[in-house]
Amino acid sequence: MYPQTLYGKLVAGHTVLRLDEDNVLLYADLHVLNEYTSPQAFAGLRERGIGVAAPEQNVAVVDHIIPTHPVRHRTILDPAAALQASNLKRNCDEFGIPLFDTNDPLQGIEHVVAPELGMIRPGMVVLGGDSHTTTYGALGALGFGIGTSEVEHVLATQTLVYRLAKAMRIRVDGRLSLGCTSKDLILHIINRIGAQGARGYVAEFCGEAIESMSAEGRMTLCNMAVEAGVRGALIAPDDVTIDYVRNRATDIGTDMERALEAWKLLRSDNSARFDEELHFEAADVAPRVTWGTSPEQSIPIDGVIPDPISGDSAHARNSFERALEYVGLSPGASLEGLEIDRVFIGSCTNARIEDLRAVAHVVGGRKVHPGVRAMVVPGSGAVRKQAEKEGIARLLIDAGFEWRQPGCSMCLAMNDDFLMPGERCASTTNRNFEGRQGRGGRTHLMSPAMAAAAALSGFITDVRRLEPQHV
Amino acid sequence: MSERRTIEGVAAPLPISNLDTDQIMPKQFLRGIDKAGLDAGVLYDLRFDGDGEPRPNFVLNRPEYCECRILIGGENFGCGSSREHAVWGLMQYGIRAIVAPTFGEIFYSNAVNNGLLVAPVSQLYWERLLADAANSQTNRMTIDVQALTVRSVNWTTGFSLSPRHHRMFLDGVDLVGASLAQRDSIAAFQQAHWRKNPWLEAVATKVRPVHVLGRGVDGSVVTRFSSFQ
Repeated sequence: MYPQTLYGKLVAGHTVLRLDEDNVLLYADLHVLNEYTSPQAFAGLRERGIGVAAPEQNVAVVDHIIPTHPVRHRTILDPAAALQASNLKRNCDEFGIPLFDTNDPLQGIEHVVAPELGMIRPGMVVLGGDSHTTTYGALGALGFGIGTSEVEHVLATQTLVYRLAKAMRIRVDGRLSLGCTSKDLILHIINRIGAQGARGYVAEFCGEAIESMSAEGRMTLCNMAVEAGVRGALIAPDDVTIDYVRNRATDIGTDMERALEAWKLLRSDNSARFDEELHFEAADVAPRVTWGTSPEQSIPIDGVIPDPISGDSAHARNSFERALEYVGLSPGASLEGLEIDRVFIGSCTNARIEDLRAVAHVVGGRKVHPGVRAMVVPGSGAVRKQAEKEGIARLLIDAGFEWRQPGCSMCLAMNDDFLMPGERCASTTNRNFEGRQGRGGRTHLMSPAMAAAAALSGFITDVRRLEPQHV
Repeated sequence: MSERRTIEGVAAPLPISNLDTDQIMPKQFLRGIDKAGLDAGVLYDLRFDGDGEPRPNFVLNRPEYCECRILIGGENFGCGSSREHAVWGLMQYGIRAIVAPTFGEIFYSNAVNNGLLVAPVSQLYWERLLADAANSQTNRMTIDVQALTVRSVNWTTGFSLSPRHHRMFLDGVDLVGASLAQRDSIAAFQQAHWRKNPWLEAVATKVRPVHVLGRGVDGSVVTRFSSFQ
């Protein structure tokens, strides 16, 4: 056997047929559905008069349109959103697909729910009608987002006509310093390589910084790698992965020993050839904040907004100036001390229990700045319950945070949660696109700890400079 | 459809780098359960101001571009969210082709799957086509899908498509239908895959049991992989 990359092994292990030089028919172990990118796909099945090929390999979650008001029983008041939710339920009932519906205690954001319930296992191919399906690479599963036509194809055949990607390896040596997280690392990498720096590649992350990262931290990394254009992000399974998975995927039972043997082989061979190799030093990473309207536009908290002249073409300069105008900032300005109106802690990037623990750790006994409206939206019902059990919810509520029900919420503002024009928000989400969090809203992406520091201060600030708290 | 072979019409310059699908189709237009009415949402915040009034200076609102069929977009066009609504909306708006240096990956696949032509051109010719598009005297272009060329008054350049995608644009291909014809191979693959990796069988329903499997649209009870049999 010639040496293979982990990506190559995963594709080879799921290839039903080689279709031509660039394309294979790829089998999907799990297909994750949501309420807004699936309706037209189910309608397509009905038009064809066919069913779902493998309902047992599909799961659906209501997450994008759901209100997150802190009430026990949620009612979707918006008629269009309510129709999307009831339509998903009808489709799941009709085709036998498991669903986490609006008021299910385990409902949450698809990319939080699927791993925490043990549905994501090393060696899988996981597809979903959502670009952040790359999250699952954190557990050694090849996950990536697809469009609705492809959702229909997967429902109908449990396969995808898949255009092969190139393989990239991103090695991060050393350990992240205190106050720096995987969010800061991925913002750093996206800044260095650009919003299309990994376009066309599946990126495998490795190195000491990755090895020493928790499963949750790895999910943040792989989740946001898509903002550098990746078609998948992977981390070879290790003890951290196995601890995470075996505690959750309890149905594996007596097959676990065999599974562990198989998972050991899920790594790139020593002499495997990558189409591109990148190298970063963890020591170069500082807490980062975005200043513009692309995730590539970030600076370390002690840096200043660069000058548009550094852009490499007239069009790049135009885009740069356009971004600055939208966010109402100038070149040379620092983000430290920039006043904010809102804080949003949530999303498939940073709403897992570890993220909420980080927030609670920073907050300690302090209060949210009176000028700031701060929301915490846990990634799932399970995360919410765990945070309540650990006293995190109480601490955050006492500090003045809104403690809300799980959902995508203000990450994409497809629901009741959005920014007003001109409002500035410290956000733990993944996209600072124009209008993403609400028309005219200004998003600054950062880690949960940095967002917590901003909530307490009323302005963006270096979390490392806050007085440590002992709870 | 003749537009499978030749796309002809006004090209509008939209040289915004990393123009994401949130901007191409904002969230408020994603609330349907069908594909209708998405032309209204295309580039909404660029076309309309906060009061919903058209921005007169935005390129697509200018009279010389009202018949626009081709967009000359910036690099990484359509990055971000997987929402296929962006492609449906552009097509409903009358756009038949996007010419850009590079495309977001999911957008590219969505475009191919819907017959929205995506033509990646070199930086040099992109600049040239952009300049022609920006001038109302030279903004008509012709894309020969068969020959894979974009032609403006002043310039002609080629672009590449994989043989599969080329065929899809020229002939239209029902991918679902083609893959359904492979159902026996898929079922055989699945059986072997599960024998080798039993922990991957029924991974969704083992975690989240569905007590009553539903009925298919043809009225048949949906049992495990019934459509493969």
